[in-house]
Amino acid sequence: MESHEYDVVIVGGGGAGLRAAIELGESFPKLRTAVVSKVYPMRSHTVAAEGGAAAVIKSNDSLEDHCHDTVSGSDWLADQDVIETFVNEAPSELIRMEHWGCPWSREPNGQVAVRPFGGMLIERTWFAADKTGFHMLHTLYQTALKFQSLQWYDEWFATRLLVDDGRCQGVAAIELLTGQLHAILGKAVILCTGGAGRLFPFTTNGAIKTGDGMFLAYQAGVALKDMEFVQYHPTGLPGSGILITEAARGEGGILTNKDGYRYLQDYGLGPPEPFRKRAMELGPRDRLSQAFMQEEAKGRTISTPFGSAVHLDLRHLGEAKINKKLPFVRELSKNYAGIDPVYKPILVRPVIHYIMGGVDTDIEGATVVPGLYAAGECACISLNGANRLGSNSLTELLVFGRRAAHAAARFAAEHPALAGEKLKAQASDEQERIASQFIRKQGGTERVATLRLEMNRLMEAGAGIYRSGDALQKACSGMAALKDRFRNVALDDRSLSYNTELISVLELEFLLDIGQSLLHSALCRTESRGSHQRTDHTARDDQKFLKHSMAYRTDAEPRIEYKDVVITRWPPKERVYGK
Amino acid sequence: MANNAPNGTIRLEIFRYSPDKGEEPKFQTYEVPFREDWVVLDAINYIKDELDGTLTYRWSCRMGVCGSCGMMVNGIPKLSCSAFLRDYYPNTIRVEPLANFPVTRDLVIQLDDFIGKLKSIQPWIIRKDGEKPVSEGEYLQSPAEHARFKDFSMCINCMLCYSACPVYGLETNFLGPAAIALAQRYNLDSRDQGRSQRQEEVASHEGIWQCTFVGECSAVCPKHVDPAAAIQQAKLSSTIDWFQEVLWPWGGKK
Repeated sequence: MESHEYDVVIVGGGGAGLRAAIELGESFPKLRTAVVSKVYPMRSHTVAAEGGAAAVIKSNDSLEDHCHDTVSGSDWLADQDVIETFVNEAPSELIRMEHWGCPWSREPNGQVAVRPFGGMLIERTWFAADKTGFHMLHTLYQTALKFQSLQWYDEWFATRLLVDDGRCQGVAAIELLTGQLHAILGKAVILCTGGAGRLFPFTTNGAIKTGDGMFLAYQAGVALKDMEFVQYHPTGLPGSGILITEAARGEGGILTNKDGYRYLQDYGLGPPEPFRKRAMELGPRDRLSQAFMQEEAKGRTISTPFGSAVHLDLRHLGEAKINKKLPFVRELSKNYAGIDPVYKPILVRPVIHYIMGGVDTDIEGATVVPGLYAAGECACISLNGANRLGSNSLTELLVFGRRAAHAAARFAAEHPALAGEKLKAQASDEQERIASQFIRKQGGTERVATLRLEMNRLMEAGAGIYRSGDALQKACSGMAALKDRFRNVALDDRSLSYNTELISVLELEFLLDIGQSLLHSALCRTESRGSHQRTDHTARDDQKFLKHSMAYRTDAEPRIEYKDVVITRWPPKERVYGK
Repeated sequence: MANNAPNGTIRLEIFRYSPDKGEEPKFQTYEVPFREDWVVLDAINYIKDELDGTLTYRWSCRMGVCGSCGMMVNGIPKLSCSAFLRDYYPNTIRVEPLANFPVTRDLVIQLDDFIGKLKSIQPWIIRKDGEKPVSEGEYLQSPAEHARFKDFSMCINCMLCYSACPVYGLETNFLGPAAIALAQRYNLDSRDQGRSQRQEEVASHEGIWQCTFVGECSAVCPKHVDPAAAIQQAKLSSTIDWFQEVLWPWGGKK
């Protein structure tokens, strides 16, 4: 068993992982850090974020307003100490991105420009046209390349955490090129693997978003928190699920039904005029996606070969503004939907976009397993609660990627010893498990793709925009049956070199467990809050459910417990938009 | 999601090579449903899911921004997520790994060479006086200053330009279109002061002088980065540097 030793091991090379890596390289140059990523870092899904990153910078804005918007956006399920820390640290993080060369769009006077975004009272979303995630990711990756203390494990897939004496001390990871599994040991490990949108059939997420870090922590005994809160972005292209950014509405785009009517005014988001923030098209994503479903039920949406849709109309913005502020929207819409938004409205429908839940961490990114940290979408630090506001997540990667790096560095300094041989033995066991379960396995009749598709259907049927106890119960049973069938899976590909089918089956194994935690958390939450809407329990129930769901892995079904929400300055109130 | 009913099928001839098997590379033909809205990547995913789980390739975002899925489609470097079947139907489509790179397996190429080159051009902001404190806010940059480097900042590292480059095909030491474009992206950024440092690396590679401005790199670029223009600019500024150092040593040295 080959092994490698580091002070800190970061799993994932997207926005959070790279920000953590830069912090370690810059502030702790004597620590040796490994960045283990299943893809080359610039392929990470941060690349696909479009609209922008939020932070208070302008004189008309206030930290207080950013806090309040995030609290109410979360339907009071976010931890308010986390929100305050986030809002306070957000501006300096985005300024550092600027210093590192991120090509933020500018005002004529050379200052960074901001745009309005959904659920935000003041415009505070920094942007790089409509390719903000792309520019941030490449800026972070290129900046990280200058630090000699970073070792890059590109196209290595982590399959298990190595834990001895209750302390996480590394990962077992497969080198895709050779198919060999190695033990990558570290005194602290930071999970930054992103979301799990590929649980669902219709998602903006790239193929790589399979919840890897969520599973690794869940398997090691950490709770997955608030997994039932899943964000549907209101505007995806039917069929492909390709994202059309909220910036399209931030810049003035409107949503209309088949009669050309701005239907959002019927769902507590109006009146449509005058243009103002926290209203209509600039309401929060959960409310907009729910409004679509209601409108569909009334028969007022537009039929397409890929399900019903509504119109996102940008024509009144004019070609010049679209080219300047939304060039990627125009390119995507023309290429993938055959619609030029300068001349015709874009057909859109809600699409799975973001998992609010994830690995339970404290405000430093620490989990209950000593030495194990998490940041970014794979974590649930409880910034987003029951509904994330658009443009908070890109900033979240930076603020909490950096904080996790500091916490991990401190822990590594205090815990210098590694249980080398025991950890290597665990990695050997893992190699044997993968070989016997998949590579050398005799028999088996199920295809990876078949099981994945059935999982996708179950998740959509049980955990869509509107949920019910009956549908969730059915999906839970279906998932248990699917996990049984998974034991009968067989691969076509038994090679070692670059075996992508092996990676797919391991990802599927992760997703089945994560999906199960999501369904059970949703079943147990008998209230409606934010993105979790139950047709059989339509009201928010603060008495019972102003609490985080905590799903623990067991040999059978997950065990669901609850943990208090941190409320500091903003006691629970009704969420009000459109005023 | 409902799917468009398949109207007929389309054939793909795909390059196959597995190092584990010790066999010569070959082409394998697959027949997949033809759908108007499908791209080559969709057809390849169909093959992987339904017909042959051993077919090996990279992909992720399927919206032309992650840069993973570059392939030769009928001999031309393309992002397979942006190449529609309907533009080839009813003819057979030949799919091969990107040209000019060593092949790892099937449609997967080796990227190590590029990653090394990327790092060598120091693709980060260099400040002679160090980064200013966060408390002083952002560096001001006018929209016109931003426009100077904007196009060169759009590179997604998809490698199509290396695959199209006749110089890189012969001389793999050549820094290549994307790396040079990225060096220019930082050289032209009003916040950067590292041009002379970067220029040594760019000019030291022989390849840059062999580039004859064929412009194939710019023609295949899916993001309109125009690396050919970056290479010409880099040549020009290297020449000026040389004149300034050798013929005019008393003045103007940066």
